[in-house]
Amino acid sequence: MNTEDLIDDLAGRLDPIPPLWMERRLAGLTLIGLLLSVALMLAWLGVRPDIAAASLTGMFWMKFAYTLGLGAAGAWAVLALGRPGGNGTRAFSMATAVVAVLAGIALVRYISAPAEARHHLMMGHSSMICPQYIATISLPVLGATLWALRGMAPTRPALAGAAAGLMAGGVGAFVYAFFCNENAAPFVAIWYTVGVAISGLVGAVLGRLTLRW
Amino acid sequence: MLDALAGDARAYSSLLAELSRNLRAYYARRLGSAAEDCEDLVQDTLIAMHRRRASYDPNQPLTAWVYAIARYRLIDHYRRSRLRQTVPLEDAGALFAADEAEPAMAKRDVAHLLNALPTARAALIRKTKIEGMTAAEAGESVGLSEGAVKVNVHRGLKSLAAKVQAQATTGETANTADLGDKTP
Repeated sequence: MNTEDLIDDLAGRLDPIPPLWMERRLAGLTLIGLLLSVALMLAWLGVRPDIAAASLTGMFWMKFAYTLGLGAAGAWAVLALGRPGGNGTRAFSMATAVVAVLAGIALVRYISAPAEARHHLMMGHSSMICPQYIATISLPVLGATLWALRGMAPTRPALAGAAAGLMAGGVGAFVYAFFCNENAAPFVAIWYTVGVAISGLVGAVLGRLTLRW
Repeated sequence: MLDALAGDARAYSSLLAELSRNLRAYYARRLGSAAEDCEDLVQDTLIAMHRRRASYDPNQPLTAWVYAIARYRLIDHYRRSRLRQTVPLEDAGALFAADEAEPAMAKRDVAHLLNALPTARAALIRKTKIEGMTAAEAGESVGLSEGAVKVNVHRGLKSLAAKVQAQATTGETANTADLGDKTP
């Protein structure tokens, strides 16, 4: 086929693209992934029994703010890297800033606590399972964000996959926070972050494999 | 591009025509001599742009978007051509099998050439060279001796070779009416 014919052919198959197409696609698919994650969490772990009392503590909300902050940074990075030539630098800087803020709060709590309480502030009682749970609960959202990216045009597949993983990790950790009854900032700053980072790594590997076009 | 995204086909096709000129220059500069590759890449890029036109951000310059895609297609092209050079010989069959157009075209060419031969002789060549019968089996099926089959096939192939070589200039160097020649 010569190039002129190809151009005519493409022009003949031109459907209008609605504004904010990428944003809508990402939001729609993420919603589906989120519902699946919630279903997975409810079937597997359930909601923490003391949720009514816990919702009165500041740390309960801090966990939501932290995880949603990471999720939002991830979404921003996905949208930036979903465009050809995008690098997501500002979005990843935002994720770093979110982590830094919580790390600062955690450090203050840790230092101001009596020495014998410090170990528990950091390790809680679920430090060994928390990251795996977060990474697992993130998987449906990761599938959704990668799927959304497949319809976009990422020119850096691994980095775009990492962005998808960051976003999914943030959303997954948000869901997990309804189950998790750890209340210490140092615990969240370390183990939630590790869980989200695992999701980001998984996303980078899968992105490399699935986001070529 | 904004008109194109809104669905204006005429604006879109004139945009693509203009971009294809820029892309041709872009690829020609980078690929040097490989001219067919260049046109393939231009078309490849136009298709990629079309399929992923939703990824264009109206707040960004169009050329940045186009060249980001062009660059990505170029890298992909390098990756594929490097792949082609390093596939081990044992695995190469899979690459050829993936292309169905080429065997189909070869088959058509062979059929075309054979049609130019006397029917009986063409049938013998088909039986022995394409269907894989031995000369004796083929002879049995049409009532010729093994030797006669071999001679007919040999002459047929020779005249085919001559035809292929002479096709452009001299036309058919007819070598017909030998089938009666049943040399044992």
